[in-house]
Amino acid sequence: MDALIDILYALATDYTLRTVALGSAILGLVSGALGTYAVLRGQSLIGDAISHAALPGIALAFLLTGSRLTLVLLLGALAAGWLATLAIMAVTQTSRITFDSALGLALSVFFGVGLMLLTYIQQTAGAQQAGLDTFLFGQAATLVTDDVWTMAGLGAVALLGMALCWKEFKLLSFDPAFARSLGLPVRMLDTLLMTLLVLAIVIGLQTVGVVLMSAMLVAPAAAARQWTDRLGVMVALSMAFGVAAGVCGALISSLVANLPTGPTIVLCVSAIVAVSLTLAPRRGLLWRYLRDRRTRVRPPVAVPADENGRP
Amino acid sequence: MTITQLEIQLVAAVVAAACALPGVYLVLRGMAMMSDAISHSILPGIVVAFFLVENLNSPLLIVGAALTGLLTVVLVELLTDTRLVKEDAAIGIVFPALFSLGVILIARYAGDVHLDLDAVLLGELAFAPFNRLEIAGHDLGPQGLYAMGAVGLLNLGFILLFYKELKLATFDAALATTLGFAPVALHYALMALVSVTAVAAFDAVGAILVVALIVGPPASARLLTDRLGLTLVLSVVLGVACAISGYWLAHVLDASIAGSIATMVGGCFTACYLFAPTHGLVAQYLMRRERRWTFARKVLVIHLLQHEGLPEATRECRVDHLQEHLSWTASFARQVVAQAEDQALVRRGEGRLWLTPAGRALAQEAVVHT
Repeated sequence: MDALIDILYALATDYTLRTVALGSAILGLVSGALGTYAVLRGQSLIGDAISHAALPGIALAFLLTGSRLTLVLLLGALAAGWLATLAIMAVTQTSRITFDSALGLALSVFFGVGLMLLTYIQQTAGAQQAGLDTFLFGQAATLVTDDVWTMAGLGAVALLGMALCWKEFKLLSFDPAFARSLGLPVRMLDTLLMTLLVLAIVIGLQTVGVVLMSAMLVAPAAAARQWTDRLGVMVALSMAFGVAAGVCGALISSLVANLPTGPTIVLCVSAIVAVSLTLAPRRGLLWRYLRDRRTRVRPPVAVPADENGRP
Repeated sequence: MTITQLEIQLVAAVVAAACALPGVYLVLRGMAMMSDAISHSILPGIVVAFFLVENLNSPLLIVGAALTGLLTVVLVELLTDTRLVKEDAAIGIVFPALFSLGVILIARYAGDVHLDLDAVLLGELAFAPFNRLEIAGHDLGPQGLYAMGAVGLLNLGFILLFYKELKLATFDAALATTLGFAPVALHYALMALVSVTAVAAFDAVGAILVVALIVGPPASARLLTDRLGLTLVLSVVLGVACAISGYWLAHVLDASIAGSIATMVGGCFTACYLFAPTHGLVAQYLMRRERRWTFARKVLVIHLLQHEGLPEATRECRVDHLQEHLSWTASFARQVVAQAEDQALVRRGEGRLWLTPAGRALAQEAVVHT
């Protein structure tokens, strides 16, 4: 109990901790919400590709403007991530290259271009570029209030977009063919959803970094999927899991010395996944084990399918 | 060109060749992202092995890393097998967790040793010639060259030895199982190779470039050919070409070699994507356009055949009638007729179109076969 009071006290008084916790919470909220669609559509790894692909955008934004404002760099990241998404969609739709290869290519090539630009900047612009490589691994401790406002603003746009197109995105995720037959602009909606996803990813880059951002998209949604078959509940749960992991990770890393925030957040969200996979009613592994033991037979395991027949 | 430059290019070329070989199978099996997962999650393996042996140059580090690579594969399979999450989600959960573990281990316990995160992810090819292999005082060249060469030969040997089995398991896993080829064992063997390759390559070129070299050249080669053997050869050739041209790009810009090689891989893929002979975007576009004209000419001759010798033929077989009957635009109709005339399918006369014997034959064949 004392520990809890200590934590609350620290949250109320410690500026850094409060900023980091708030930033991580926003990140968890937005990526949890939009990650749901990525996971449901079988595009979980697109987050990994987009977050890596953001690097050249950050480098170029810095190279062109000379500014190190978070908003400028994030806009650069947004542009590059968006470009990578369009490239992935175009390559998979117009050639025999499969989605996973397109992801791997976009990820490594964009990142390589970013790395080339970054090293180019380093030898031309001297040491001024400090702050750019925090995007690689994320340095939550460098967050300031302005960053949190930027994150909140971009996050609000992403969530608003999701709320406005709720019905359309739902249809797109579960039955794109039906959506097309209804006359919905499927390709445009697809691009819009991807754009919102890029927005969600860009928000997290500074906190958890390029490498770990994908976990923040996939894990909360994959955990939430175990507890419900309803999209609305799943999005809400996923957001809650994201926030919980973000805040817990920020708190734990502030309490223990030498514990980087990003990886701690990711381990927290991984723990949530592990608990969900084990304990979730009906789908969970423990539940399944008990049911199998009760019936004393081992029929083919039936996982409750969603409205599209997918597990 | 100095000896050092030559050595860097040699190492880069050998890394590219060694990565491209297992890469072909990853790309064909739709598991390209597994290379990303493995190349990241080897980090905790390296860290743990380092704690055990306390020597950064020990081969045990490679063993530890390769084992974590396999652990990643096993964990992903286990998660997927529960059918609670899809495979891509399983990958997206497992490797960030393992990577986080590695980062935390380094931050907490290895802060003062030279185990640099940047180096793991980004690599520094320019340092490759500094680690020399010396036996009995003789300088035999960069260590990286021998390590990667050995891995490359291992990959090549495995593929040559199990070429037929791998081919079958890749294109028809069910048949491979029926015939007793143990595709699961092959799958794990392949993944072990990818792990070993990623580990050996990462300190030369970094985890991200490993992904570029594993996925990029095979994906490009796949656009150039339909034959597995040729895909393997082309992948190696393209990979080596990207590695060497990337080195010179880095030389000109004075930028990261790994980044420049990945950029060249991107350029190579873009070129193949646009200009590949049959699967390229331009070729596809030309083929579609040609098909449209061919179809239009067939429609024209069939139309003429339908009305040939009938009373309404004089009205139906005029060029300007095609517009209303086939709903072609005037210019499209003109072009189709001109093409058909060029190919001697139709001829003009008395203000209407007549079928030539060749046109009649084409129409009759088209009616029967389409």
